[in-house]
Amino acid sequence: MNNYVEGATGPWEVVIGLEVHAQVISQSKLFSGAATAFGAEANSQVSLVDAGLPGMLPVINEMAVEQAVRSGLGLNAKINNYSVFDRKNYFYADLPQGYQISQYLQPIVGEGIVSVDLADGSSRDIGVERLHLEQDAGKSIHDRHPTKTYVDLNRSGVALMEIVSKPDMRSAEEAGAYVRKVRAILRYLGTCDGNMEEGSMRADVNVSVRRPGDDLGTRAEIKNVNSIRFMQQAIAYETTRQIDILEEGGSIDQETRLFDAQTGTTRPMRSKEEAHDYRYFPDPDLLPLEFSHEFVDRIRATLPELPDTKKQRYMDELGLSAHDAGVLVSERDTAAFYEQVATGRDAKVAANWVQGEFFAQLSKLERDIADSPVSAGQLGGLIDLIADNTISGKIAKDVLEIMFESGQDAAAIVEEKGLKQVSDSGAIEGEIDTIIAANPDKVAEFQSGKEKMIGWFVGQVMQATKGKANPQLVNQLLRDKLKP
Amino acid sequence: MSVDKATVARIAHLARIGVNEDELEPLAAELSGILNWIEQLNEVDTDAVPPMASVHDEALRWRADVINDGGKQADIVANAPDGRDGFFAVPKVIE
Repeated sequence: MNNYVEGATGPWEVVIGLEVHAQVISQSKLFSGAATAFGAEANSQVSLVDAGLPGMLPVINEMAVEQAVRSGLGLNAKINNYSVFDRKNYFYADLPQGYQISQYLQPIVGEGIVSVDLADGSSRDIGVERLHLEQDAGKSIHDRHPTKTYVDLNRSGVALMEIVSKPDMRSAEEAGAYVRKVRAILRYLGTCDGNMEEGSMRADVNVSVRRPGDDLGTRAEIKNVNSIRFMQQAIAYETTRQIDILEEGGSIDQETRLFDAQTGTTRPMRSKEEAHDYRYFPDPDLLPLEFSHEFVDRIRATLPELPDTKKQRYMDELGLSAHDAGVLVSERDTAAFYEQVATGRDAKVAANWVQGEFFAQLSKLERDIADSPVSAGQLGGLIDLIADNTISGKIAKDVLEIMFESGQDAAAIVEEKGLKQVSDSGAIEGEIDTIIAANPDKVAEFQSGKEKMIGWFVGQVMQATKGKANPQLVNQLLRDKLKP
Repeated sequence: MSVDKATVARIAHLARIGVNEDELEPLAAELSGILNWIEQLNEVDTDAVPPMASVHDEALRWRADVINDGGKQADIVANAPDGRDGFFAVPKVIE
């Protein structure tokens, strides 16, 4: 299968590589003791190191090293016990040092592999080129003053992991699936919260096109895309733009571009002439970063079960379909919630409820699983009531809706509203007799072989009992009574 | 190895250092002299020596992940030519 894009002059192949910048979860910054929390007052979480004042020396945060190693292990990547910090030199108002401390030729993590799940149910391996540690820059705010840009250095010096993929992706769908998978892995590991809205995860997108089988084309790099939807829009726009240029006999400039979310287009950055002359050199303030194999093994021993392993286990041990297992493991919170619901209950029934009615109600409220008004224990309680025939599955859906509104337990709602399933055959028989007596024509139809009329009778009984009759019992009693 | 006027102008721009036109030629000569002097070091064979080798057997110092700095907004913006509302204010930079 291929994802070729048909141009006016023949097929084109899109080649995509991604640089994902993921903010490390840590209390303090990569090289200073200032806090990293989001949303603090401007410049209140800045040390003299982060402000780039002369004479200040960086000292590395052990947590940042651990988190980078943990992430590398989660990406099935080679861990480098010896790595080097370099200075990447450029001028910008939110970079007080005049350089970013990063890693260039010797990163802390080398090649790895991410397996991504695609919509058609297939999966594909995307190569990771490297992961390195670097400092984040400050934040520029352009809308507080007509002629000034305001700079807040709270983010300056926060640890980032830059995860560079190989140019292995061939469509916007694959790029989206890759980012989602990397984000899920980092969240499982607890190394990055993956919150793209707050900027704790963002991506630079490299896009080029070529004729199938040709060498790589010249790429454009789209900077700082902060949502998966924008990334996919940017790729679609860039693909069309480049194909149009090439088909008209032009050539692609290797350049940095910006994505405009308002128009869904990309445009070149203005000051690009010397943008790529970073003059990297080893940071003389920092010795090489070294750690032992034991250090790595200690971290490896604390790794949680990751989505791929979990999905396989759900399929092998719990008997879930690949699709159901995939949905449930896609986020750590969802998997934890599901496992709590499934404990001591039928795993497939639990899976159906979690990703069916429960998700539907949750998305109606536009809530995340983390702040769901119905807890895993409460959903489990509802499933128990179906399992022991206290209520029917149909009534249970209504009960769940009330649980979402009131936060009450299922049993309390069933009790209060009198929703208990009627399994008393005497009461049901009475209703059946009335219905049979009032509809001799329908009885005749059924008896003449119109088997599906049974559905109509069941419907009538359920209506008469306000849905509370045990459907199996109704079915059985009806068949007995309708026998000619 | 020698450096020409154009290279000096470019390096100065990258480093955001203002250099007058009449200073470029003398600077080029000085920098070339320094580079030539440094180049003598290339005569030493360092193939087997790692770049960060040191006579001190030192390792990078690590620190624990604790918050023990920050909370000094006034100090941070004290040197800013233009500080407002706790921010640094600079001429508008919009890409």
